[in-house]
Amino acid sequence: MGSITLKKVSKSFGNVVIIPGADLEINNGEFVVFVGPSGCGKSTLLRLIAGLEDLSGGTIEIDSQDMTDVAPSKRGLSMVFQSYALYPHMSVRNNISFGLKMAGMSPEEIKTKVDTAAAKLNLTDYLDRKPGQLSGGQRQRVAIGRAIVRQPKGFLFDEPLSNLDAALRVNMRIEIMQMHKDLGATMIYVTHDQVEAMTMADRIVVLDKGNIRQVGSPLELYNRPDNLFVAGFIGSPKMNLMTGEIAASAQATTLGIRPEHIRIDQSGKHHGSVVLSEHLGSDTFFHVDAGALGRILIRVDGDSPFKPGDKIRFSFDPARTHRFDADGKAMQ
Amino acid sequence: MARRESTRRKIIVTIFAWAIGLTVFFPILWTVLTSFKTEGDAINIAGFFSTGWTTEAYQTVQSRSNYFQFALNSVILALGSTLLALLIAIPSAWAMAFAPGKKTKDLLMWMLSTKMMPPVGALIPIYLIFRDLGLLDTRTGIIIVLMLLNLPIIIWMLYTYFKEIPAEILEASRMDGASLGKELLYVLTPMALPGIASTLLLNIILAWNEAFWTLALTTRHAAPLTQFIASYSSPEGLFWAKLSAASTMAIAPILILGWFAQKQLVRGLTFGAVK
Repeated sequence: MGSITLKKVSKSFGNVVIIPGADLEINNGEFVVFVGPSGCGKSTLLRLIAGLEDLSGGTIEIDSQDMTDVAPSKRGLSMVFQSYALYPHMSVRNNISFGLKMAGMSPEEIKTKVDTAAAKLNLTDYLDRKPGQLSGGQRQRVAIGRAIVRQPKGFLFDEPLSNLDAALRVNMRIEIMQMHKDLGATMIYVTHDQVEAMTMADRIVVLDKGNIRQVGSPLELYNRPDNLFVAGFIGSPKMNLMTGEIAASAQATTLGIRPEHIRIDQSGKHHGSVVLSEHLGSDTFFHVDAGALGRILIRVDGDSPFKPGDKIRFSFDPARTHRFDADGKAMQ
Repeated sequence: MARRESTRRKIIVTIFAWAIGLTVFFPILWTVLTSFKTEGDAINIAGFFSTGWTTEAYQTVQSRSNYFQFALNSVILALGSTLLALLIAIPSAWAMAFAPGKKTKDLLMWMLSTKMMPPVGALIPIYLIFRDLGLLDTRTGIIIVLMLLNLPIIIWMLYTYFKEIPAEILEASRMDGASLGKELLYVLTPMALPGIASTLLLNIILAWNEAFWTLALTTRHAAPLTQFIASYSSPEGLFWAKLSAASTMAIAPILILGWFAQKQLVRGLTFGAVK
C-alpha cells in the first residue's frame, strides 16, 4: 500500500509560481526519482507531498484517499532530509524512537523496534551517542533509521547523499536501493545528480522550472528523450546538440547525438581536430573542433591513441541520432 | 621594530581598557567604601580614607528595615516577570522565526520601538488602570508590568537564537508526529537552551534593577530593593553611609549572579555574531 497521485498540484509563493500544475501517478512500491537542475521545484514538490508546504491548488491522494489538507505525520510518509535534520540534543536511540514516542507506543515495543532498526543499519554500538559524535555516513544512517521504524507507506528522500563524500555516496546509494528491495515500500527520491537518478530509479521524473518535462524509465529517457531539455540533462557526458546545415539536412532544427554513439573511423563523413582529451581510464573523452558542426564531444575506449592537435574523421550512428523541432520537441 | 611596536600598542590598549573598566566600576567601589564609614566620615573624608572602618551603617539599616522582605520581593518580581515573559515569548519568537508573515519584520521593529518611548508617558494611564483593578502595590501587578516592559527584548533575543536553528529539524519533528506544543517542548526549547538561559539571566538582571515602575507602583507589600534604597535617600542627603549600605545590599545579589553567569551572558549577547 502506498500509491501516490498528484492532480494539478500547484504552488506559488506570493506572485512567484514555483509549480504551475503537476499531474503524476506513482505506483505502490515504485522507486521514483525527481531530477532537475537546482531551482526546478523538485524539493518543493516533495515537500508538498510530505505536507510541509500547503498546496496553492490541486489535490494529493495517497492510496486513493485525499490527503491534501492532512497533517504531515498523518500521511503515513517518512522523510529523510538533506541535512539529516537529526535532533542534536538527543541520543541516537531517542532520535530514532522520537516518532514512535509521539505515536504513543509502549516503551517495550519502542525498544524492540529501535534495536531491530539499529541492527539493520549497523548502529547498535552508537545508540547512546549524540549525533555530533557521529560521522556523516552514520548520521545519514540514523536519519534513515528514524524513517524506517515508523513503517511508513512511503519514503521521501530530499537529496540525502549530497553532503557525503564520493565513495560513501556510492555505498549509501546501494544501501538505499537494497532497502527499497527489502521493504518494498514506495520511495520518492529527489536529486540533482542524474547519475543517481539513472542508477536508482524505476522511473525518473524530469523537472524544469516547475514543469514535468518527461516521466519514464531511465533507459526510456536515455534512448527517447521527449525534448531538448531532457536530452541535454539525462546522460553523462551531455548529448551533442547541433543546429544549422546538418540539422536541416535531417529536416530538423536541432540534431542530437550522444558522445558514445559517435565512431572514429578514417572513412567517416565528418572531420575535425582534437582540442582536448580527458582520460578516465576506462573511457576517453575527446573535445573536437568540427568546423561548421561546432564543438563535438566523442567518447571512446580508454586506450585510444589520439592526442590534442590530431586530425580525425568520425561518423554518427544513424539509428542513434535525435531530431528536435523548433520548439525543442522530439520528432519521430 | 614591528614587535616592539605591537607590544607598545598592547600596553596602551590594556591601560585604556583598565581605565574604562575602573571608571565604570568606580561609583560602585565608592558606594561600597562609603558604606563602611561612619556618617561623619562619609561626608567629611573623601574616597579611600576613614578614621575607622565600621559596619555600623549595615547594622542600623538592618535594624530599621526588613531587608529580607524587600529582597524576597525583588527575587519574586524578577523571576516571576522573566518566567511569565518567556512563556509568552517562546511561542511568539517561534512564530516569527519559523512562520514569518509579510509584516513580521515590521512587528519586530514596532515592538522594539515601544522601548524608545519614555516610560513616564504611560505612567498615568497605567497607574489609573492599576488603581481601578486593585493592582497597586501587589506582586501580581508589578510582575505584569515588568513582564510587559522586558517582553520586546526577550522576544528579540529569542528570535535571533531561533533563527539559527535549522527549520528542517522542526520539520522532521512534524513528520515524526509532534504537535506544535511538543515540537516547542521537546525539540525547539532544548536546542535553544543556551540562548534561553542567557535571555533569562539578562532579564532577571533588568527586572531586578528596574526602578521607575517599581518605585511608582509599590509602597510596602510588593516593594523590592529599589524601594529599600529609596527609603534611605533623604532630601538633605545626610545619611550617605546608610544609603550606601542599603545600595550595596541591594546590588550584591545581582552582582554575584552576574559574576557567575558572565560567560553565559557574553555568549548569549554575542550569539550569532561570530560564525
